[in-house]
Amino acid sequence: MIAIDADHLGKRYGQRWALRDCTLSVPEGHIVGLVGANGAGKTTLLHLAVGLLVPTAGTITALGARPGAGPQQLSRVGFLAQDAPVYSSLTVAEHLRLGQRLNPRWERELATDRVRRLGLDPGQRAGRLSGGQRSQLALTMAMGKRPELLALDEPVASLDPLARRAFLQDLMELAADLTPTVVLSSHLLSDVERVCDYLIVLADGQVRLHGAVDELLADHKILTGPRRDVQSLPSSQEIVRVSHTDRQTTVVIRTAQPVLDPRWVVSTIGLEELVLAYMSSSAGDRPTRALGPVPA
Amino acid sequence: MIEFRIDPGSGVAPYRQLVQQVRQALRLGLLHEGDQLPTVKGVVGQVAINPNTVLKAYRELEHEGLAEGRPGLGTFVTRSLTDSTLAAHKALRAELSRWLVKARRAGLDDDSITALFDSTFRGTAEEDIA
Repeated sequence: MIAIDADHLGKRYGQRWALRDCTLSVPEGHIVGLVGANGAGKTTLLHLAVGLLVPTAGTITALGARPGAGPQQLSRVGFLAQDAPVYSSLTVAEHLRLGQRLNPRWERELATDRVRRLGLDPGQRAGRLSGGQRSQLALTMAMGKRPELLALDEPVASLDPLARRAFLQDLMELAADLTPTVVLSSHLLSDVERVCDYLIVLADGQVRLHGAVDELLADHKILTGPRRDVQSLPSSQEIVRVSHTDRQTTVVIRTAQPVLDPRWVVSTIGLEELVLAYMSSSAGDRPTRALGPVPA
Repeated sequence: MIEFRIDPGSGVAPYRQLVQQVRQALRLGLLHEGDQLPTVKGVVGQVAINPNTVLKAYRELEHEGLAEGRPGLGTFVTRSLTDSTLAAHKALRAELSRWLVKARRAGLDDDSITALFDSTFRGTAEEDIA
């Protein structure tokens, strides 16, 4: 089944399009990394997927239904907003009780177990928890409802390295247990590389790249060689990014075919380089195939 | 039980790293036939990686005939990679440790030791061929 299906999806705030012409479909069961520069549209896309925003153009479905369509749909979708909001004046125990009252499929045992294992004091007010504990409580709330789709907006951005690792360990443990589709936005490409098996790259409100990480890495290559015009590359090699020094040319290409030209040194690409290539290829318009004069 | 780790800078796909670590543990006699590998949940809770990565590694080990999944129980080692040389490992390791102490006393740093080992290793390998 398809977890998220967007068709020419767009969202405009006043004059500005935060998201434009976004078409993608994410199969169920993946852990999806949503990456892009600040203002690229990550939060907007997540909000559209969970029903906090309504599209200006196009359509989006989550788990086959319109996001936020009704109680049934809402109970299947979990969302953890940026900065892991909790109710500061409620205690940890009151959060769990709230979760149970509001969610038809609340996993009471899982939630209480987790709170115990994390060493959270049930009588403690959430406002007095540390940043790491707060995000762990928010994750417990989001997972306790046993969502089939869980969206997390930069869940680890404000955490120290230790709390960040603990959060990801717990998230992966829960993912192994409950096997939901998880979509998480992050700037931390090393985290994305560790936990995600599906990738969406946004730039300037548009989807630049999406697909299973394994396939994307296999389909892209880095070519390096003496400085030359890249016009002559075979049409089966789609150019993602080109850069030149006075002597050398480096090209990131997408191709399913082997590269036969012996003048190129062909290297495999890592996830970080791949993401950066797509993020920077949007800085100009399309990647330029023209080559300026070689400096004397 | 084996404890996995992931080196993000190695350039080796995470699932390959898990496979290599199991193979190495088998070769060093740290894992034996019949031993249980950590559960998927156990691994992801420890090294914070995607559960599918662990499943993929275990499938690869099954494909290589080194492990088998028993439904409801877990994944178990089915074959050992230790051979008749294992008995000699202990003495060789002790000798190597003594040599390393000597090398450090002589002022060699880690890089110099590795370089010396590598060049000697290659040298003797070439002699064997010649």
